[in-house]
Amino acid sequence: MSKITLAKGLNMGLRKAMEDDPKVLVMGEDVGKLGGVFRITDGLQKDFGEDRVIDSPLAESGIVGTAIGMCLRGYRPVVEIQFDGFVYPAYDQIVCQVAKMHYRSKGRYKIPMVIRIPFGGGIGAVEHHSESPEAQFAHTPGLKVVACSNPIDGYWMIQQAIASDDPVIFLEPKRQYHADKAELDEDATPDPLFSSRVVRQGTDATVLAYGPTVKTALSAAEAAATEGRSLEVIDLRTLSPLDMDPVYDSVRRTGRVVVTHEAHVNLGLGSELAARITENCFYSMEAPVLRVGGMDTPYPASRIEEDYLPDLDRVLDAVDRAFDY
Amino acid sequence: MTNAGFGPDLVEVFGPSQSAGGPELVQLLTPEGERVHHNQFDKDFTAEELRGFYRDMILTRRIDTEATALQRHGELGIWAQLLGQEAAQIGCGRALRHQDYVFPTYREHGVAYCKGVDPLKLLGLFRGVDHGSWDPADNNFGLYTIVIGAQALHATGYAMGVQRDGAVGTGDPERDTAVVAHFGDGASSQGDVNEAFIFAASYNAPVVFFCQNNQWAISEPIERQSRIPLYQRALGFGFPGVRVDGNDVLATYAVTQAALQRARDGQGPTLVEAYTYRMGAHTTTDDPTRYRLNDDVENWKLKDPIARLEVYLRRNGLVDDEFIAEVKAEADELGHHLREGCKALPDPQPMDMFDHVYEEEPQELREQREGFAAYLESFEGAH
Repeated sequence: MSKITLAKGLNMGLRKAMEDDPKVLVMGEDVGKLGGVFRITDGLQKDFGEDRVIDSPLAESGIVGTAIGMCLRGYRPVVEIQFDGFVYPAYDQIVCQVAKMHYRSKGRYKIPMVIRIPFGGGIGAVEHHSESPEAQFAHTPGLKVVACSNPIDGYWMIQQAIASDDPVIFLEPKRQYHADKAELDEDATPDPLFSSRVVRQGTDATVLAYGPTVKTALSAAEAAATEGRSLEVIDLRTLSPLDMDPVYDSVRRTGRVVVTHEAHVNLGLGSELAARITENCFYSMEAPVLRVGGMDTPYPASRIEEDYLPDLDRVLDAVDRAFDY
Repeated sequence: MTNAGFGPDLVEVFGPSQSAGGPELVQLLTPEGERVHHNQFDKDFTAEELRGFYRDMILTRRIDTEATALQRHGELGIWAQLLGQEAAQIGCGRALRHQDYVFPTYREHGVAYCKGVDPLKLLGLFRGVDHGSWDPADNNFGLYTIVIGAQALHATGYAMGVQRDGAVGTGDPERDTAVVAHFGDGASSQGDVNEAFIFAASYNAPVVFFCQNNQWAISEPIERQSRIPLYQRALGFGFPGVRVDGNDVLATYAVTQAALQRARDGQGPTLVEAYTYRMGAHTTTDDPTRYRLNDDVENWKLKDPIARLEVYLRRNGLVDDEFIAEVKAEADELGHHLREGCKALPDPQPMDMFDHVYEEEPQELREQREGFAAYLESFEGAH
């Protein structure tokens, strides 16, 4: 067993998928010789060649649109969108074409495409490099949306996403790429791709998080424990479809929920979670579902991004408010 | 406008009136039905081939007129007419081999017919019973694409897949494969078409961009899309472009065949601009009298693709009244097939909307499906 970062886990997972299936391709800007701006595809072109690790022109719609054609020819492209804010030029191809091809063709077209998007903030970047567009894709039938939060999930989830016959928007918390290491057991049996997971057990309140905010939620739970409050933390992992059973089970035990994500609160994933929890756990609730997210502003200049991003204190503040009801 | 020394006025290059297509227009059959020759794209046709083109264009026009009539009778919600573009579509469609794959927009009824798609299947999308009922794998003819130009990228990506499969440049006519992206003059303004040009050029993909320049993008004229002839754009992307008389089935066939062979041989993309005119409306909801001059339409009527071929065939004794009558009878039969078949197309059932959203249906959608089924069933026996 070896200790790996999220970046390494994704790289190893991509490599494994390419070894296992010659139809798997990697496409995107700078993914070849450079190995991607975050080095996630490092070394792949050297080992698999330019026909399988395709350095593309700088055109996001072109990357996704041509990847659709590749799917129709029987390939399984893994597309890299360099940064979250650059996905919008490809938005039409993703929402109107990738998402609907299977439906409009009555299943005759298969789009086993993975669209990798480094997402979220906290790296001090300029504008368009720190966004959280997940709700826009989770709102689109025909797409599946997942977010990994740690090196081990990165390794397994990317392989599972590539193996899926449905198109998957694969969100990677960019500030976690090179942050923490974890031990990878390549012989382990991973959880299913479209499942959420309780990552810390607790009894007093449930904190729902995904991607970069899982670490925030775990830190908040750690801090709360020192004050005698036990928080359960669930890493949602799959955003569309949502895996709600572990959430309902948790909420029925704790009676209090805080959702945290970096995306804007208004119409963000937290809204959907709040609605579903209310519909299903109404009589177990001690307080309304509270949301802690990015502000309803464009992503701010990076010198104040720490004020924009949900942090440990804002999560704990929401937990306090949940106890005030 | 002044050019400030940067070269000729583009309006002069482009020409204020485009109806002639300019001196670069490849033509093998004049509007008067006279056979002319071209130093690059000349080709001999057998009498059988020529009669076949005639038959194909008559049948394609019949598909269009029947569908238009069906729309007027309320059987179709809308129809995208191809009247006037029969030669462009048959010339291209007949140049295809079975393995060549077509990515159409929503007006390629003639190409679909050439590819062996039952024209009745084209009606479902416009009637609102499906989004395209034919299996693209049966005839290598993709589903119609409504978002303008999106399919140019799909074609290019598919062509890149063809390359990776080693299905170009082998010299095996059964194996070497070309891909065709259809789009119109309006789509030439879309980013996706331009990105497709870049990708195709960059990877030397075996794709033919077949632009039917019918002069109008709904009400926007070609002058609103481009200040240079569209085929010349290809040069800026690094591959050849050709303008062909899209009302001349012989020239369209010859030029497209050459472009397809170039792609199959591994020599990369070509832009074919089929210079034609949309005689009808954009769709049956459109009113072209609001934005174009009747004189233009009358002028283009003189270039009718079917009439000119018929003149040529008759003048050269290649057809007789009996053949013409046979083709008409076949068209009548096709019309009957479309009329009766259209009305018999089964309506989808409400529960069908849940099918094929995903390859692997998520639990939450399954629950929504089951919930809606139970809701519908609750009405049974209520009346």
